[in-house]
Amino acid sequence: MLNNFVMPDLYPAAPEIFLLLMSFVVLFVDLIFGATRRWMAAMLTVITLIGCAVITLATSDGQTTLTFSNMFVDDLLSDFLKLLTYLAVIMMLVYSRQYMADRGLDKGEFYLLVLYATLGMMVMISAANFLTMYLGLELMSLSLYGLVAIDRDSTRGTEAAMKYFVLGALASGLLLYGMSMIYGATGSLEIGGVAQVLYQGQAERPVLVFGLVFLVAGVAFKLGLVPFHMWIPDVYHGAPTAVTMFIGSAPKLAAFAMALRLLVYALFGLAVDWQKMLLIMAVLSIGLGNLAAIAQTNIKRMLAYSAISHMGYMVLGLMSGVVGGQVDAFTAVNAYSSALYYTVAYVMMSLGAFGMVLLLSRAGYDAENLEDFKGLNKRSPWFAAMMLIIMFSMAGIPFFIGFFAKFAVLLAAIKAGYTAVAVIAVMFSLIGAFYYLRVVKLMYFDTPVDSAPITAGIDLRVLLSLNALAVAAFGLFPDAVMMVCTTALMRSL
Amino acid sequence: MNSQLLSLAIWVPILGAVPVFWIGSERRTLVRWLSLAVAVAGFLVTIPLYTDFDATLSGMQFVEQSPWITRFNAQYLLGIDGISMPFILLNSLITVLVVLAGWEVIEDKQAQYMGAFLIMSGLMNGIFSALDGVLFYVFFEASLIPMYIIIGAWGGPNRVYAAFKFFLYTLLGSLLMLVALIWLFLESGGSFNILDWHQLRLGMAPQILIFIAFLVSFAVKVPMWPVHTWLPDAHVEAPTGGSVVLAAIALKLGAYGFVRFSLPIVPDASHQLAPLIIALSLIAVIYIGFVALVQTDMKKLIAYSSISHMGFVTLGFFIFNQIGVEGALVQMISHGFVSAAMFLCVGVMYDRMHSRMIADYGGVVNTMPKFAALFVFFSMANSGLPATSGFVGEFMVILGAIKFNFWVGFAAAITLILGAAYTLWMVKRVVFGAVGNAHVAELKDIGSRELLVLGVLAVCVLAMGLYPFPFTEVMHASVDNLLKHVAVSKL
Repeated sequence: MLNNFVMPDLYPAAPEIFLLLMSFVVLFVDLIFGATRRWMAAMLTVITLIGCAVITLATSDGQTTLTFSNMFVDDLLSDFLKLLTYLAVIMMLVYSRQYMADRGLDKGEFYLLVLYATLGMMVMISAANFLTMYLGLELMSLSLYGLVAIDRDSTRGTEAAMKYFVLGALASGLLLYGMSMIYGATGSLEIGGVAQVLYQGQAERPVLVFGLVFLVAGVAFKLGLVPFHMWIPDVYHGAPTAVTMFIGSAPKLAAFAMALRLLVYALFGLAVDWQKMLLIMAVLSIGLGNLAAIAQTNIKRMLAYSAISHMGYMVLGLMSGVVGGQVDAFTAVNAYSSALYYTVAYVMMSLGAFGMVLLLSRAGYDAENLEDFKGLNKRSPWFAAMMLIIMFSMAGIPFFIGFFAKFAVLLAAIKAGYTAVAVIAVMFSLIGAFYYLRVVKLMYFDTPVDSAPITAGIDLRVLLSLNALAVAAFGLFPDAVMMVCTTALMRSL
Repeated sequence: MNSQLLSLAIWVPILGAVPVFWIGSERRTLVRWLSLAVAVAGFLVTIPLYTDFDATLSGMQFVEQSPWITRFNAQYLLGIDGISMPFILLNSLITVLVVLAGWEVIEDKQAQYMGAFLIMSGLMNGIFSALDGVLFYVFFEASLIPMYIIIGAWGGPNRVYAAFKFFLYTLLGSLLMLVALIWLFLESGGSFNILDWHQLRLGMAPQILIFIAFLVSFAVKVPMWPVHTWLPDAHVEAPTGGSVVLAAIALKLGAYGFVRFSLPIVPDASHQLAPLIIALSLIAVIYIGFVALVQTDMKKLIAYSSISHMGFVTLGFFIFNQIGVEGALVQMISHGFVSAAMFLCVGVMYDRMHSRMIADYGGVVNTMPKFAALFVFFSMANSGLPATSGFVGEFMVILGAIKFNFWVGFAAAITLILGAAYTLWMVKRVVFGAVGNAHVAELKDIGSRELLVLGVLAVCVLAMGLYPFPFTEVMHASVDNLLKHVAVSKL
């Protein structure tokens, strides 16, 4: 048996291996210095992620390389998504440093769980096999469950973690079941293999579609699409804000990768079927997300419902790749890259929005009610303007990145003939504009109820300013990010 | 000819707003003078647009073109013709006046107030000069942000309601236009160039749908009856400067949209649905005129009078003859001067009395003679007295309408009576008569700053009324070209 063993090519997985090794270092460093020098673990985590970015950049050759017996893929898309993931995680760590320290939550576990969750996302992004995908997903999810409950004295956090865990386990089960059905129909677990069998049309369609339903349900759960969205508001609300920010940013990239790998790469032959499912979920998500967000008084819950609607818009792009059963590479790349662009834009805005919540929080006080934004313009005109940019961007008002993201997916949807759906989507974005406008109203038209000075550190202030200004700058000059998204997809399909 | 003038007209005010914000509201003198400097600079860069304008050409001038979003083939494409050029000048001039009008009155967050108006001004110039669909839409919608803040932050007691209503109403319209723009992009084989769309052949059914999408968007902005209800609220609650910009410039965007988009892109649908637009316009002219008659709030009265006057504009566009369209454009410019002046006049009184109710005034002429003279003059212009700019546009439109159909012209002419009735009756109750109460008795006449602002507008109104040729001359070739284009079926 051993004679058959071939040492796999580790090169494409170098960032993952590096991160895993470094996580042990962080573990040991925390064990030894954790009590006295907490900053060391934080610093090492950031260094690890920067190291990963360097390795990813250095090993990126634009080629698609499969390794570990075709279980793991390294292509331009995975490199791009991984780099964005590192960036989002680093930003989250900088944003949350003071918040976690004030609450005594900056323990070694926090950094380790963040690292393992990141590793899980990286594996998801690079998965070329259903099992790899599942492994990555579980690694990410289990770490996230732990993170939600990291403040173990908080009943709300524990409750949220419980809900997240139970529903997440259910979703994993659905996903696994769907995978097994598809394996049964095609005889392959490899993404490329499944696509091959589908292309040849040898598989039994009823079994495939049956499996597909479960697969789509699993993906929808991770994206937080209606009707698999129930966990989102509670988890966003219950988790410490820093963890909410984490859940609301990088995992969306991984979930996008999962949707793309499973649905587009593997099951492209069933596009006509899953596009219909996504269509229904997209419209429901956009509708429910925007309507429910109006009723919220807690900004974390509001952003949770807004996340649901944003993922609905993103899916508009994902479901517009195949028009009338005709496969056209140009249309497909256009549609999927618009969805990718939307995800990137959303992650950027989401980080900024939660960054604002962290900015207004201080030791012993979480600024998570909308009321806390009252009169912000009087307290800090600069950060009120930053929040204004983020809110209008989320509402899809130009000149901000959120507008061009919506524009791109609408264009894809109309091109695919879903004009009526596009009209519904823009009408709901009108309703959505209301609650974003309300935040602006609180900041600019009302007088402050909380006049405490903003105590956040300089790192958070600078990062938040850069983040919001990037939302504006990439709105004025949207070309660069769009081109990168398109290129990454085109070269990896 | 590649000139940067249009870019300057757009970006000088917008970038100039940055230092204004930066200085902050504590250093008020500096903020005021800097804002004024930026506004004046913004006006000065637009002057060559008039002096260097070649009135014999019907095409786009001062064109600037550079790639912007390659993935959608959207370009940074600017250019103006005789239709759009006057509005850029008007806008830049009004911005200077608005800055002057807010000189002492705005005490709270003055830097943000001035900055918002400067940004607004740049965005408006962008709307009038954009020749790319995406660019146009981006400016069109971005201009909602400063106006929302202006109404909400410096407005009256019911400002939050008015600001939301303004924003959501306008957004409703523009979102449908977005879908139409994307549809046109796909139909034209991947071009967002508005001039390409003018040449695009379209069937009747899509033309009707696109016309309706544009109609919803522009009708809200104009505003046409029955989607006008946001305007009285917005005007009443907005600070004086906000009302001025709203009436003088923002309302023109909708009308401009009809000329730039609806008429040339979907001419057949425009002809088909012209009776509908004419009917809506006449309702605005007559019915809203009666509504204005019963108002007790001066700002509301002028707001309704604006709707009525804008009804004239849409009427002029959809009777498809040279004199009608030119009359409508002249009416737009004239209304820009007159409505701005009327709102400034009400602002002058409001600053002193903190009331806009007609009943609170009476006999203002006794205490504010200089002001009263100007106010009466602008009121005359508002009711369309010959020798004022208000007369020229209305007369041309009525003439065009009579050519088109006698009864349409007859109905439109009713406005001459109604306009005079509601404006002059208001003037009678506010300005003339015995001094109404103790507050009026204590009024101080206008200072030199207010006199300057109103004086500039008075000169414009009078000049345009006596000698409208420089205004009609520049638009003649473009209007001619537009009408020839619209007359050709695209089916």
